[in-house]
Amino acid sequence: MEVTQALLNAQSIDGTVRKHAEESLRQFQEQNLPGFLVSLSGELASEDKPVDSRKLAGLILKNALDAKDENRKRELVQRWLSLDSAAKAQVKACLLQTLSSLVLEARSTATQVVAKIAGIELPQKQWPELIGSLLSNIHQVPAHVKQATLETLGYLCEEVSHEVVDQDQVNKILTAVVQGMNSSEKNNDVRLAATRALYNALGFAQANFSNDMEREYIMRVVCETTMSPEVKIRQTAFECLVSIAAMYYVKLAPYIQDIYNITAKAVRGDEESVALQAIEFWSTICDEETDILEEYVGDTTGDSDIPCFYFIKQALPALVPLLLETLLKQEEDQDLDEGAWNIAMAGGTCLGLVARTTGDDIVPLVMPFIEENITKQDWRQREAATYAFGSILEGPSPDKLVPLVNHALPFMLSALVKDPSNHVKDTTAWTLGRMFEFLHSSIVGTPIINEGNAQQIITVLLQSMKDVPNVAEKACGALYFLAQGYEDVGLTSPITPFFQEIVQSLLTVTHREDATESRLRTAAYETLNEVVRCSTDETAPLVLQLVAVIMMELHKCLEAQNLSSDEREKQSELTGLLCGCLQVIIQKLGSSEPTKYVFLQYADQIMGLFIRVFACRNATAHEEAMLAIGALAYAIGPDFAKYLPEFYQFLEADLQNFEDYQVCAVTVGVVGDICRALEDKILPYCDGIMTQLLKNLSSDNLHRSVKPPLFSCIGDIALAIGDNFNKYLTYAMNTLQIAAEMYAHTSGFDLEMTEYINNLRNGILEAYSGIFQGFKNSSKTQFLIPYASHILHFLDSIYMEKDMDDVVMKTAIGVLGDLADTLGSNAASLIQQSLSSRDFLNECLTSDDHMIKESAKWAKLAISRAISV
Amino acid sequence: MAPHDLRRPFKRPLISDQERRRQHSLLRQAQNRLDAQRHARFLVSTAFSLSSSQTLESHEKEELDVLEASKLKGAEARKWFAKQLMHPEWMIDIPQNLTNDWFVFARPSGKRCFVVSSNGTTISRLRNGSILHRFPSKLPNGARTKEVSSGSSNSYSILDCIFHEQDQTYYVIDMVCWRGYSLYDCTSEFRFFWVNSKLVETGACDPPSYYHKYRFGLVPVYSCDQSGLCSAYSVPVSYVKDGLLFYNKHAHYQAGITPLALVWKDENCSQYVMDTDNKGQVPNQQQVVLELQEDGKLATCDDPPMEFGCLDGSFIQQSDLHSGYLLRFAIGEGGLVLVDGKLGKADLKYLGKANRARASADSFSKVMFQYSVRHSPLIIDDLLGSVSSPADQESETCDVEMDG
Repeated sequence: MEVTQALLNAQSIDGTVRKHAEESLRQFQEQNLPGFLVSLSGELASEDKPVDSRKLAGLILKNALDAKDENRKRELVQRWLSLDSAAKAQVKACLLQTLSSLVLEARSTATQVVAKIAGIELPQKQWPELIGSLLSNIHQVPAHVKQATLETLGYLCEEVSHEVVDQDQVNKILTAVVQGMNSSEKNNDVRLAATRALYNALGFAQANFSNDMEREYIMRVVCETTMSPEVKIRQTAFECLVSIAAMYYVKLAPYIQDIYNITAKAVRGDEESVALQAIEFWSTICDEETDILEEYVGDTTGDSDIPCFYFIKQALPALVPLLLETLLKQEEDQDLDEGAWNIAMAGGTCLGLVARTTGDDIVPLVMPFIEENITKQDWRQREAATYAFGSILEGPSPDKLVPLVNHALPFMLSALVKDPSNHVKDTTAWTLGRMFEFLHSSIVGTPIINEGNAQQIITVLLQSMKDVPNVAEKACGALYFLAQGYEDVGLTSPITPFFQEIVQSLLTVTHREDATESRLRTAAYETLNEVVRCSTDETAPLVLQLVAVIMMELHKCLEAQNLSSDEREKQSELTGLLCGCLQVIIQKLGSSEPTKYVFLQYADQIMGLFIRVFACRNATAHEEAMLAIGALAYAIGPDFAKYLPEFYQFLEADLQNFEDYQVCAVTVGVVGDICRALEDKILPYCDGIMTQLLKNLSSDNLHRSVKPPLFSCIGDIALAIGDNFNKYLTYAMNTLQIAAEMYAHTSGFDLEMTEYINNLRNGILEAYSGIFQGFKNSSKTQFLIPYASHILHFLDSIYMEKDMDDVVMKTAIGVLGDLADTLGSNAASLIQQSLSSRDFLNECLTSDDHMIKESAKWAKLAISRAISV
Repeated sequence: MAPHDLRRPFKRPLISDQERRRQHSLLRQAQNRLDAQRHARFLVSTAFSLSSSQTLESHEKEELDVLEASKLKGAEARKWFAKQLMHPEWMIDIPQNLTNDWFVFARPSGKRCFVVSSNGTTISRLRNGSILHRFPSKLPNGARTKEVSSGSSNSYSILDCIFHEQDQTYYVIDMVCWRGYSLYDCTSEFRFFWVNSKLVETGACDPPSYYHKYRFGLVPVYSCDQSGLCSAYSVPVSYVKDGLLFYNKHAHYQAGITPLALVWKDENCSQYVMDTDNKGQVPNQQQVVLELQEDGKLATCDDPPMEFGCLDGSFIQQSDLHSGYLLRFAIGEGGLVLVDGKLGKADLKYLGKANRARASADSFSKVMFQYSVRHSPLIIDDLLGSVSSPADQESETCDVEMDG
């Protein structure tokens, strides 16, 4: 076929032509994949072909190697690896050749494709000559070849893990890259490509950062590069500094003074894109130091692996004024723009992080700025002063802050109502929210909200909730934290006298015409939820009244007909909010017997509404309705059975919702709730549920995070229906056994994967636990005997791996007990032979974790009985 | 190379309310699953609790529950704590060997509560399990201070206290756990020693400050000899007294009513000797609250319950009563008749259902103490008499030896 023409036609504006071309390309690919890829790479490499066909050829090549979806990606990797090696060699040769192309688009597409192939082949120890041949390019004279090569190295570092590149090659890559950044390199494209490559290669430079001379060299070049005349290069150089701050914090001490000078200059005078990165450097240092200091507090021995250099504390006298200056550079309507991010916002955020890192020390440095600006004519000054105050409310001690807040509170309340600037009011409301979030609590020392000012504060906030949407949203947020502070207040809450009025005002907000702007409606419902959560018995009758109100809202919302797609989306969002609110109310009222009893009168109607929610096809709405139903089942108990005939179809449908895997995950949890509520009354539905659970477990298309709860859910079912589980036993045990074998070992996996495997193990073990406990004292226990040896073997192998977390340990030792308990003398000799019944059990018995200890004591008891009989 | 997005959350909380709801549900489900598992396992352990290690296991069970309970929240915690305090019996006769085997101290007047410090906060819970205060304190892990405490950060301490309103002080009358170390199975002698040596060093007895909202106070505990008993009874203390508490030196901490701790009161050391009615008046006739059993019998809250009489079926039906109801009776002219230390007959007059706030019936010892207060009270001189003459006790043992 004529590939060039097909590639050009595939970009035609004429839909018919385009479709036809796409179809013929697809056929080509299906009929002869190697040929297809070879001709695409030929197209890309060929200097006399049109740019557009070359670019698309490269793009299709790239998409043939990688995909966002993990499963698809795995398929593509396998497909490439099993391809004819001659074809692969040809494709790779064309790609490397394209790196020298004079056409920028062709070159840069090729760099990405080379990196994708490297990402597949290097971990397999294939294409060993790649890095060598790229490095030899560096010494070529034409700048464009150098640029493309550096770009390729950069992408390559992004694609492959640093373990697969040996140190010698890493050294050579870094040498080439840093040389390319050097000011002696006069070509800006080369410098930019080199700087970007360094950004990706930093993760490879562990050893080099430990070598004083090499680190000195890298740092000097990076710092010099921040002063390049080219803005993009400066920005990228600062990105490198940010990344270095996160990765090599402990190595920074000798450079911190220089970096301060560089960043200060950039913040004060450079383009915004550069200044933002300069601020981000300090924010990152704050992140690092907060993490380290948190470790200190958590660690009882007082020493930690990573020392804290207190860079922020030392830089404080210079850093704080620098950040305060940025606060005055606000954009007019930044509060109305969701995507806004500017120097004032970055500076303010950094100031907040600095306060968290240093605590009290920041207060005297910021107070004069606040005092000087808070009453100025220019709104920018008032806003900056207010923002500065809000920023430092987390970190310094209450002792230091409470007097200041008490002093400022009347002023802030007045500004919230009277200041002419929306921007100032927005920030004022946010600052009030921060005061309540960090300093108002029924348990901490002197209260900032007391009998004397509570009335005024609430009145002002309720009034402010009638202001423009962005201000009203912040007022709702402030009220949220005001309510939260009275969590655990005891029997009587200071909010009680205002409860009715607050709820009424929040409902009024949700009905505002402009409630969908600035997230206002969401904020109002979130605040309503928090007010309900933190309410006391005194207001239980009012919460009960709220049930009917929210039900009516949900009913009205579901009634709406003939909506535009935009309206439909808003309707779905509202449905989710209302279901969320009902969930909170169900939990609140269900937690005490008298209110639960009254509330349950509404159960039929509420369930009817939830069922109608499933008619709308919105993931969030489904998820919220499911969560609420789980809470309802827990509150109702066995009587929930009456809803299952109608509800079951939706339960099953959402168990199959792989695309919105969160919905699937939540539904699996709800199956567990229903099992515990219904016990053996769930039996008639178990065929369907078990089929679906097992199907989900064997599917590659379901998001992996759902798998551990799926296993646990099998245990929930077994525990609920007892030995009726016998009919599923073969299938379930088979699935569990395969999974157990697969996840017995974690060697070769990274930390994240090991954590995930531990979650899976816990699920598998919970399933075993439920099955054994379910069969206990039944006449069918003998059916479990054949599985005992495998399960004990699984316990032994995960014990020997020594990579269990505490949760798995607890569940695992519990399974040992359950097995002994249910099988008794039938398993006595198997148990005695197992390592778990000796070393593992002893280790658990002496564990510091009381949950593990408890399970172990249980296991010991069960085993001693099994053996003694 | 992916552009580096450096936007950080601005004026927004880090966790959305929806995420909170999701996490909350997951937590609840995990907890429920654990409960179901426990329940299943426990059913069996009762089935084979007849094995020789029964007592040991039941003790262990209790200790584990304390460790567990420190993590409970809300209604669960309330339910659990309501059952955990050790309650003294009322002293209706004087235990033998009071001098050597018992401690005595003046009970502070106020609200009895469990105080738990963990994870940077301190919570006190009343006898019904509900929260009295949640506050920062200098107890181990009792406040969110940056100081690195000795002890692991998740260890906790549990004190048995009385909150004394007048000086806003928690008087510590017992210690159940200290820095994660359970004192349940320790003798009261050891527990009191531990209170005295550990509490002060934490600074918990210091005056209130920002991270220490309420002061904790020690209660002077005496060995129950002549001088100890006199001191407990008459030496003035910083709190208002409400009777004397007697603790057996060898007894472990045991939830519920125990005869190894005793309470005694007279007008001199307590404002509340005789029960009052809901108007604060002492009624003419003694009143008791008893629980109606399924067979119509009226029982105390003791374990096993003591029977005080029986209502006949027609009366039960007529008055629309059901088993489990708490009923109030007056003790009539006939009084209580004891036969061999056990109740033979009680002259009860039905008054009506008990106040709904009542959680349980009266205990046998309380009814008997109240009865004796009205008829032949046990007075301080009786107590002093029983501890006065160490010679007497010696002579008792001597008697036997001299027989040769």
